[in-house]
Amino acid sequence: MPSLFQQIQAGKLWDFHGGVHPPTRKAQTAQKPIGMLPLPDRLYIPLRQHIGVAGHILVSSGQHVLKGQPLTSADNSMAVPVHAPTSGTILAIGEHTSAHPSALPEATITLVPDGLDEWRTRYPLNLATSDKLSLLERIQESGIAGMGGAGFPAHLKAGLTQPVDYLIINAVECEPYISADDALIQEGAITIVKGIDILCKLLNPKAVLIGIEDDKPIASAALKAACSQREHYYVRDLPTKYPSGGEKQLIQLLTNKEVPAGRRPIDIGIVMLNVGTAFAIAQAVLDDHPLLSRIVTVTGETLSQPQNVSALIGTPVSDLLTFCGYQQQTDNKIIMGGPMMGFTLPDLSVPITKTTNCILAPSLHELPQSGKETDCIRCSACADACPASLLPQQLLWYSKAKDPAKLDEYNLFDCIECGACAYVCPSEIPLVQYYRVAKAEIREQQREAVKAEQAKARFEARNARLEREKQERMARNKQLAQAREQAQQSGSSSNAVAAALARIKAKQAEQTVAPADREQLLAEREAKKQQAREYQAAKAADKQQADAVPEPPQADAAASSEATTGNEPSAVEPASAKSAAVAAAIARAKAKKAAQAEADKQEKMVEAEQTKQPEAIEQTTPQAATDPRKAAIAAAIARAKAKKQADSEKS
Amino acid sequence: MSFRIASSPHNRISRSTAEIMLLVVVACIPGIIVQALLFGYGVLIQLVLAISTAWLAEALVMRLRAKPVLPRLKDHSAMLTGVLLAIAIPPYAPWWLIVVGTFFAIVMVKQLYGGLGNNLFNPAMAAYVMLLISFPLQMTQWLPSVSLQPESLSLLDAVCAVFTQYSCSGFSISQLQSGIDGVSMATPLDTLRTDLAAGLTLTESMQQPVFYGIAGAGWLWVNLAYLAGGLMLIKLRVIGWRIPAAVLGSLFMISLLSWLAAADSNPSPMFQLFSGATMLAAFFIATDPVSASTTNYGRLVYGALIGLMIFIIRKYGGYPDGVAFAILLANMTVPLIDYYTRPRTYGHKAKGAGK
Repeated sequence: MPSLFQQIQAGKLWDFHGGVHPPTRKAQTAQKPIGMLPLPDRLYIPLRQHIGVAGHILVSSGQHVLKGQPLTSADNSMAVPVHAPTSGTILAIGEHTSAHPSALPEATITLVPDGLDEWRTRYPLNLATSDKLSLLERIQESGIAGMGGAGFPAHLKAGLTQPVDYLIINAVECEPYISADDALIQEGAITIVKGIDILCKLLNPKAVLIGIEDDKPIASAALKAACSQREHYYVRDLPTKYPSGGEKQLIQLLTNKEVPAGRRPIDIGIVMLNVGTAFAIAQAVLDDHPLLSRIVTVTGETLSQPQNVSALIGTPVSDLLTFCGYQQQTDNKIIMGGPMMGFTLPDLSVPITKTTNCILAPSLHELPQSGKETDCIRCSACADACPASLLPQQLLWYSKAKDPAKLDEYNLFDCIECGACAYVCPSEIPLVQYYRVAKAEIREQQREAVKAEQAKARFEARNARLEREKQERMARNKQLAQAREQAQQSGSSSNAVAAALARIKAKQAEQTVAPADREQLLAEREAKKQQAREYQAAKAADKQQADAVPEPPQADAAASSEATTGNEPSAVEPASAKSAAVAAAIARAKAKKAAQAEADKQEKMVEAEQTKQPEAIEQTTPQAATDPRKAAIAAAIARAKAKKQADSEKS
Repeated sequence: MSFRIASSPHNRISRSTAEIMLLVVVACIPGIIVQALLFGYGVLIQLVLAISTAWLAEALVMRLRAKPVLPRLKDHSAMLTGVLLAIAIPPYAPWWLIVVGTFFAIVMVKQLYGGLGNNLFNPAMAAYVMLLISFPLQMTQWLPSVSLQPESLSLLDAVCAVFTQYSCSGFSISQLQSGIDGVSMATPLDTLRTDLAAGLTLTESMQQPVFYGIAGAGWLWVNLAYLAGGLMLIKLRVIGWRIPAAVLGSLFMISLLSWLAAADSNPSPMFQLFSGATMLAAFFIATDPVSASTTNYGRLVYGALIGLMIFIIRKYGGYPDGVAFAILLANMTVPLIDYYTRPRTYGHKAKGAGK
């Protein structure tokens, strides 16, 4: 039994389950030379044209830019910059219809070309003398994202550090109508191979497998010729079948391996890049030519000259259609991408992006409007066509029933949305659309479940905190009440001062936090007032008892020192019963004041706490207002619990 | 400028549900012709009655459900149900039998379950079983093949017979059922079972004229015609090969084993395959997508189950043929079969039995 590697070397091919054979209709564009589009009046360059995050904007409105000048900078690894496809002036940085099925506006730089096509200074790298880091940096800085359609940043794939067995170059182009890669290979096979050389230096694979469908004999021959000097590059002609060009399907075709669910190809030692990406990498490294344009197939029966064109990134679709002789028909559709996975455009100002490989303008006769959806007759033609071996009709059933647990059991998220099932469905059920909706709903539910979980955690934490504060408050009140009781019980005049001191001590011991400055000032002012009052009282006493020594100032000094610094009060020996009673009264008053201040402070702290945590405001708002919110929280908890239960049942 | 917005994919294969149904009906035609030639024109009358009842019943229910009538009739699914029931019942059964049966098939078995695609049981077979249980006499009025009939019936005779149970010349069905020698003749399968139960050996039973040929007079040709139609359906990819192959394979295997074990009390595998409704069941009825299993492994299991059940019911049951019961019983197991025969999804490990 020869090893897998030996089998691959011997040219063995495998097959994947299902697949369909829609009419390819590539001949009308594949054999023609690539058309050069005239400079458009405006270029609409979306900031983000890949999977990841947009770069940081480097230019401003009105600024003149040169061809190849970066418009954004890649400030993190998931960012890929965009460049000025030609020299000109930035007209605006705003929003423009996106090249996305939703057609929602997205951040876009509008460039008015000056017609000079003037380059910035370029710094080509020498592959032999460049290290990996500078190569990767160049790939990222050149704005290269997967050109097969997904737009995954190329530097992340090229920079993988895990061992790589097979580098697969995807030249399959299985989607009907599209011949952009075919045309690129026919004209640039040598550059593509140079790009593969760069990737080999970065990834160091055991072998390079180039997969191409057997309906592109010229391109295949060109690749084979270009690879003739490379020992471990293998060009493999694959039988034409849709979707052979899917990443997982191509891996299975070429290596008989399957990417485990939820994992990436690198986990089984495989890296796959599109042939257009390899071309762009070669241009970026060897010519310092960033990704400024791409080849787009413009085809369909409403065009008098269907062909492949080289279009600058940001060129509006209308320019391409006009160039190819577009005749508007009533009620026709314009598709970005192919007939199987492309999406319809609401208007023609949508720009070409790094991932746009085709603009399809079919006549109604060519791709007729789908008929009315009828009932599923369980014929299972969809299951026979599914390249992921799913059971599409079961998924349809559970999508309609909105049963996420069953959808998960039947592996909805392994659906690659290739459209093979809907293509073969005799009941014309738009299966893929059902799955997209179901997937979106499940993702939304998951997000909500996470939110509910967080809300629940917050709610529980808040409840615990409120309970803790309540306990603390109660304990404090109890202590204070005990102290007050003791004071009332010890009513006799001789030990009244001692009792007062004890109360103060208890108070101070209980008061763990040092009083704030403001409170200190208040206390001092209070003490001064007391002093004045005591002085007057002492004067009155003096009048009655002439022999009495002026004691109050001493007691007063002691009291004030207690109030301000909290030191141990010095023992005070009452001169007479009367003066002692006066001192006791003063001390009581002080204690009362201090208790009041303490209560104030406590309230303030609670308030501060509440402003920190927004949901705590509920506590202070009237009960009527809190009820619906509480109900909402309770509902969120209930949802989260239900979700949890469902999850646990499922597992 | 406004453009149509649609969801991918934007192109579709051209074959619709209606075409599939129509192709199945077309594939029945060779069998119907042979049946009409060998067993009389009654089958044609039954077809007319069945198809018109099916259409009327379908239209009625769609009206009641406030759904468009015409698109549903155009999908030919009701017609197919009518055709399958009409060729399954005795050609000279009274007219009301097929009308009641077709009405039951469409209204009770198909529409009450939710219409096309939602019925658990095959409508034609459920109706057949209902008729067989409710009207056993009329449902066993099979005339012997034309060559054995004492009177040859014209098309007009057939009309008279179906509507009045008497031919135009005044013969009753039971008279017609009798052979030249005046002995009443049932179908070969029925005769054989009765004889074997009465203690006769296979060879003794097979002496009767009804067993002329491999599978009984006329039946071989009918089955061959349905086999041809079925193979055409497989060739056109209207049906898959799995269910017919599994039905015939399992029936062949088990009858071969039983025949080898006791050749005198078990008919030969060829007799089993080419008698009764075997071919019709294997290619046209078991393959009804709505009530059959939907997974590839499941279809093999489902088909094998039908083959086995046909054998058991033919041997031990009390009815002339076991096909209808076998298919209904297999229909019931479909959800279970489907659940346990799910294919392994790409990138997932195989887990559990058969999954």
